Amino acid sequence: MSSAFPNTEIVDADILVIGGGTGGPMAAIRAKEANPGLKVVLMEKANVKRSGAISMGMDGLNNAIVPGHATPEQYVKEITVANDGIVHQKAVMAYAEGSYDMIQFLNSLGVKFEKDGSGEYNMRKVHHMGTYVLPMPEGHNVKKVLYRQLRRLQVAITNRYMATRLLKGPDGAIAGAIGVNTRTSAFLLVRAKAVILACGAAGRLGLPTSGYMFGTYENAANCGDGYAMAYHAGAELANLECYQINPLIKDYNGPSCAYVTGPFGGYTANNQGNRFIECDYWSGQMMLEFWRELQGGNGPVFLKMDHLAEETISEIETILHTNERPSRGRFHEKRGNDYRQRPVEMHISEIGFCSGHSASGVWVDENARTTIPGLYAVGDMASVPHNYMLGAFVNGGIAGKDAADYCAQHDLPLFDEGQVVTEQARVLAPTLREDGYTPAEMEFKTRRMVNDYLEPPKITAKMEIAQRRFAEIRDDLPGLCARDPHELLRALEMQTILDCADMAAAASLYRTESRWGFYHLRADYPETNNDDWFCHTMLYKDELGRMSHRKREIDPYIVPIADEEMNAYHQLRIQEPIAAE
Amino acid sequence: MPIINHASSASVVIDDDKCIAEKGCTVCVDVCPLDILAIDETRKKAFMKYDECWYCMPCEVDCPTNAVKVNIPYLLR
Repeated sequence: MSSAFPNTEIVDADILVIGGGTGGPMAAIRAKEANPGLKVVLMEKANVKRSGAISMGMDGLNNAIVPGHATPEQYVKEITVANDGIVHQKAVMAYAEGSYDMIQFLNSLGVKFEKDGSGEYNMRKVHHMGTYVLPMPEGHNVKKVLYRQLRRLQVAITNRYMATRLLKGPDGAIAGAIGVNTRTSAFLLVRAKAVILACGAAGRLGLPTSGYMFGTYENAANCGDGYAMAYHAGAELANLECYQINPLIKDYNGPSCAYVTGPFGGYTANNQGNRFIECDYWSGQMMLEFWRELQGGNGPVFLKMDHLAEETISEIETILHTNERPSRGRFHEKRGNDYRQRPVEMHISEIGFCSGHSASGVWVDENARTTIPGLYAVGDMASVPHNYMLGAFVNGGIAGKDAADYCAQHDLPLFDEGQVVTEQARVLAPTLREDGYTPAEMEFKTRRMVNDYLEPPKITAKMEIAQRRFAEIRDDLPGLCARDPHELLRALEMQTILDCADMAAAASLYRTESRWGFYHLRADYPETNNDDWFCHTMLYKDELGRMSHRKREIDPYIVPIADEEMNAYHQLRIQEPIAAE
Repeated sequence: MPIINHASSASVVIDDDKCIAEKGCTVCVDVCPLDILAIDETRKKAFMKYDECWYCMPCEVDCPTNAVKVNIPYLLR
């Protein structure tokens, strides 16, 4: 349908899903299964066939709750402890209870998991307390399996549209979203009763130390669009100061994958070849020990595998070099890295927001609902901590089903035409200039400042300087110039990144204590302060457009944790160094 | 301010002899998450247009004629 707005197509739908990576497709699938009569539109910035964090597949489930190996209660306890108590347990439990059914569902669709001789799932222990890792040595088919289902269920897919702002109705409920084509700059306005955000992490926030802007841990397309859209719509975002920071192969953006190698006998070692952490599961406490080892003169830190048998190393190579990051082997080849010969150097990644690995996300409850009626968030960008790929699937499914119910009770809302006019002007502004600053240089500068001033250990004076630098960059936005639709895509992403940088600084300044190990290590407030800060921190845009904060009480636990258990993740450093095997 | 262009080495390399873009194939362009590949309209061959590669490799893996090779960008090699 053409419209009153120039170069704009308007589509009416029941549910709009934004993001076609992992959680988004599953939300669409479950919504259509719940009610095949619903019109579900899936808007994707890239191409659903190969988009998102699992573009090439995945080499394992990091949080599988399989009967006989773990219970949902044990998992909720583990994540509560790993996340220093700051969790909405009901949401973690909703994930945990849906975990096994989702594994079975994926298995029935053709996703292959590792099984033992008797056909049972071959679980591995990586976490500090329980057993939750299920390898997927043939996990390269995940995206194909999802795509087949989307086609079968007739989900309407619009590739190469970047959603830029959410639309709201007169009553404050969600009303749809506006997107812009990344190749033509034409607009697509989708009116919808419910919107599910599944835009992935804010992974293009910090700058990799290589200086290569797209060498990020996360798929570089996942630059925080969902965080920025939710913020501008007035949704609350939770615990953003609990950054994502990962132990990666030095210069390469892949994890060294102690999850994969650990169960085979590989481990993280210092420059003496000694273990220094008891558990390789990614947590802020583990990253703190990693950072201390680097600071203390025992670095670099390495992934050690050269003590393993040839057949074990070959198996590890097959898993690591063919699934999630297949270019890893190519990187090692150029560096002369051979797992058999010498340990692989590791380093600390750039910072980002990602609940998939930490806890920084748009606030959602156990039904994946945000604080805006009709708006859902799932996957890496939603606030359920340590959720990983399987969490994106489960919570995507929860959102899809709940959104289908929501649609049955609501009519298609009106939207604010003035908002559309304003947004289209904002989007197109960089195309109206002949010259100015390029998206690449404005993005690079923003992200360089993120590295200089926002990385932990976080220092108040530095973060305040960051805020001044970001404000100066914002003042330069009227000079941002995009010469073609591709540059416009990058110009819009650059503004998203700047929004996320501002949120990272503000959220980190608000919580005046240290928590989550390295993720929120504040030099001026080195202690954890449970009296004042045992709470969620919520960041939101107030009525006057200011970035604001409030505390949110933690709901009473449904799985109680004893005090002595609460400290389990604070004892990750090996007390007496053990000689290398 | 006037804009100048930077030069950098292309990490994604297309073998023109194998590329069948002239027959209408756009698979590598379609699957790239960062949308950095394009078809050269005069030569009718795919090429890396923007130095914004995540080296994730769908372009290489999905190419029907094995014409695409993804190298690690020089800055981090």
